[in-house]
Amino acid sequence: MDSWRKFPLVFWLFSLPPTLWLLLFFLVPLGLIWLFSFGEKQGIVGIDITWTLANYARALDPLYLQIFVKSFWFAGLTTLICLLVGFPVALAITFAPARWRPVLLLLVILPFWTNLLIRTYALIAVLRTRGFLNDGLEWTWEGANALLTLVGLGDLNLLGERFQPFELLYNNFAVVFGLVYVHLPFMVLPLYAALDRMDKSYLEASLDLGASQLRTFLSVVAPLAMAGIVSGCIITFIPALGSFLTPDLLGGPDSQMIANVIESQFKSANDWPFGAALSFLLMYVTFFVLALRAFMTRGRAGLDAA
Amino acid sequence: MKKRHMTALSRRSFLAGMGAVAAGITFMPRRGFGQEEEKLVNFYNWDTYIGETTLGDFQAATGIEVKMDLFADNDELFAKLREGNPGYDLIVPTNDYVERMIVADMLVPLDHSAIPNIENLGEAFRDAEFDPGRKYSLPYMWGTIGIGYRKSALDEVPDSWKWLYDSDKYSGRIALLSDAGTIIQMGLKYLGQPLNATDPELIKQVEEMLIRQKPHIKSFAEDNGQDLLLSGEVDLTMEWNGDILQVMEEDDDLDYVVPKEGGLIWQDCLCIPKGAPHPQNAHALINFILDAEAGRDIAEFIYYATPNAAARALAEDAYKSNPAIFPPDETIAMLEASIYKGEDYQRLVDEAITRVRAA
Repeated sequence: MDSWRKFPLVFWLFSLPPTLWLLLFFLVPLGLIWLFSFGEKQGIVGIDITWTLANYARALDPLYLQIFVKSFWFAGLTTLICLLVGFPVALAITFAPARWRPVLLLLVILPFWTNLLIRTYALIAVLRTRGFLNDGLEWTWEGANALLTLVGLGDLNLLGERFQPFELLYNNFAVVFGLVYVHLPFMVLPLYAALDRMDKSYLEASLDLGASQLRTFLSVVAPLAMAGIVSGCIITFIPALGSFLTPDLLGGPDSQMIANVIESQFKSANDWPFGAALSFLLMYVTFFVLALRAFMTRGRAGLDAA
Repeated sequence: MKKRHMTALSRRSFLAGMGAVAAGITFMPRRGFGQEEEKLVNFYNWDTYIGETTLGDFQAATGIEVKMDLFADNDELFAKLREGNPGYDLIVPTNDYVERMIVADMLVPLDHSAIPNIENLGEAFRDAEFDPGRKYSLPYMWGTIGIGYRKSALDEVPDSWKWLYDSDKYSGRIALLSDAGTIIQMGLKYLGQPLNATDPELIKQVEEMLIRQKPHIKSFAEDNGQDLLLSGEVDLTMEWNGDILQVMEEDDDLDYVVPKEGGLIWQDCLCIPKGAPHPQNAHALINFILDAEAGRDIAEFIYYATPNAAARALAEDAYKSNPAIFPPDETIAMLEASIYKGEDYQRLVDEAITRVRAA
C-alpha cells in the first residue's frame, strides 16, 4: 500500500466524512456536556456556564462515592466471572476442529443480533418467580417428592411441605447475572483472537519438557494470551461500569449503579449540570483505566511480535 | 505526471461532490408556501393511553394522519422538550408538569374557539388551579394512585399505606412506584401530612421510614407494577388505577383500593408545546378527542376516568359505576392533587430516594 503522503488529496477526501461525523456528532456534544458540568441551573430549563466546581464537589459526596464504589464492585465482579467462564470457552473454540470453529464463534456472536432490551426481558422471563428456571426446579422437586412418596417417606416432608421458589430476580444476583450474560461475548472474542495467534508448538514443547498441564497453562498459555486477557477485561469492565438498563430492569431496591443516578439527574431531578459532572467523573476513570493499559502493554510490543 | 493526476481527480471529485449536494437537497423537508399545514399531526402520548380505533377514526373524519410516539413518564416528556421541541404537536403531561411547563414558558395558549367540544366537559373540569381559565391545557383523563392487590394472597383488604411503608407482614411481596416525588408524597400522606409538604424534616422522616422498610420491598417498579401483580411476583403494588383495572380484566383475583389515609388525584392534560409544526391540526385532534363518542371509545378501552361528561353519559354501566374508576365522594375528599413545588424540591426528593436506594 502506498503511503498516503503521495496522494494527500485522496487521503483528505476519504477521511473528511468520518472526521466531520466524529466532530459533529461525538466531540461537539461531548464538549457541550463538559461545559454543562461547570454550569448552574438557571430557572427550570436554563443552564448558566459559570465555571463553577460545585457540581464536581457534590459528585464527590460520600453518598455518590459509595455508589461509584458499588458500581466498580459490580463491574469488577462481572469482569472476573466473565474471565473465568470465558477463558475455557475461548480455549475450547481454539482447540476445536477447524470446521466447527465458525459455528462455535457464531453461537457466541448470535446474541448480539438481538437487542439488549429484549435479551434483558428474556432474562426476566427466565429468572422470575414463575419463570423457566423456577418452573424447572419445581418440576424436579415434584419428581423427587413423588419418588420419596413412592418409597414411603412422603409423610416426612423431607424436601419441605411446598416448593419454595428461589428469589432470583430483583436483587443484586440478578444484576450480576444479567451483566455477565450481556458481556460474555465481549470477553470471549478478544481471548479467542489472542489464543488463536498463539503458537501451539510452545505448548507441545512445554509438555515434552515435563511440565504438568496446569503448569503449562499458567506459565505458557496465560502469559502468551495476556494481551487478549487485558483487552477482554477492558472491553468488559468499561461498559459494565456504565450499564443502567440491566440494574434498572433486573435489580431490586438495592441495586442502584452510578449510571442510574446519572439518568435520574437528567430526568426526574432535572439537574443537568450535576448529571454532566457525574458522567465526566466516570469518563475520567475510564480514561485512567485505558491509560493504565497503554502503560502496561508498552513493554509487551516485543512479545506480540515474536 | 503528478499534476495531471491531481487535475483528473479534482474534476471527478468535484462532480461527485455536486452530486452528493444535489442528493442532499432532495431529502430536505419540503416547506409548503401556503398557510395550509400538511395533513399530519405528531402526537406524543403515554403507552396504552388511546382508544383502539381513535387515531384511525380521526384520520377517516378529517384526512389528517396521526403519528404517535410513546413516552414512559413525565420526566421523559419534560427532558425531551426541555432543549427545544423536536417536532411534537400534541403532548399529554400530568397536572403538576403542566404547571411546570407553563412556568418555563413551554406551552402555546389554546384557541378555545377551535375546540367547540369543550362544552362536553364536566363542570369540575372547566377550570383548574394549575391552569386558570384552562388557557394552556384541556383535561384528557383523571384518576387516582392506590394499591392494587391479589385478594387470595391477603387476609384483608389492604386499605392503608401502612402495608407498603411501615409493615413487614407482606415482606418480599410489595412493590412501589419508582418516581421519587410520588413515593415521598404517599409517604407523607401515610404520616398524616399534606401531600405537597416541602419541609425537609418531613421528607427526612419519610426517607428514614423507607430505609427501614426497604428489606421488605421487592422492587421499585417504573411502570410495570401491574405486570408484577399479574405474574405473581408481588401481592401488593402502588399503581395508577387504570393500570390495575387493565390487569383486573385478565385476572379476577385482583382488586384495587384507595387507602384510607388518602392518596393522589391526578389529571392528564392535552397541551400544545411551543414550536409545534402543526398547531391547527393539533387543535382538531383535541376537538376530536373531546367528542362524546370518541371520548367514550377511549374511556371504555383504557379504563381511566374521563372528565368528558358527555362521553361518560354514553358509556356502559360497568364503566360508569365502577368505584375504582369513579371513586365515591368520601374517597375523593381524602385525595389531593400534586402541585409543582419548584426545582429545589425536585433535588431534595431525588437525593432522598438516592439515599434510600444506596442505604
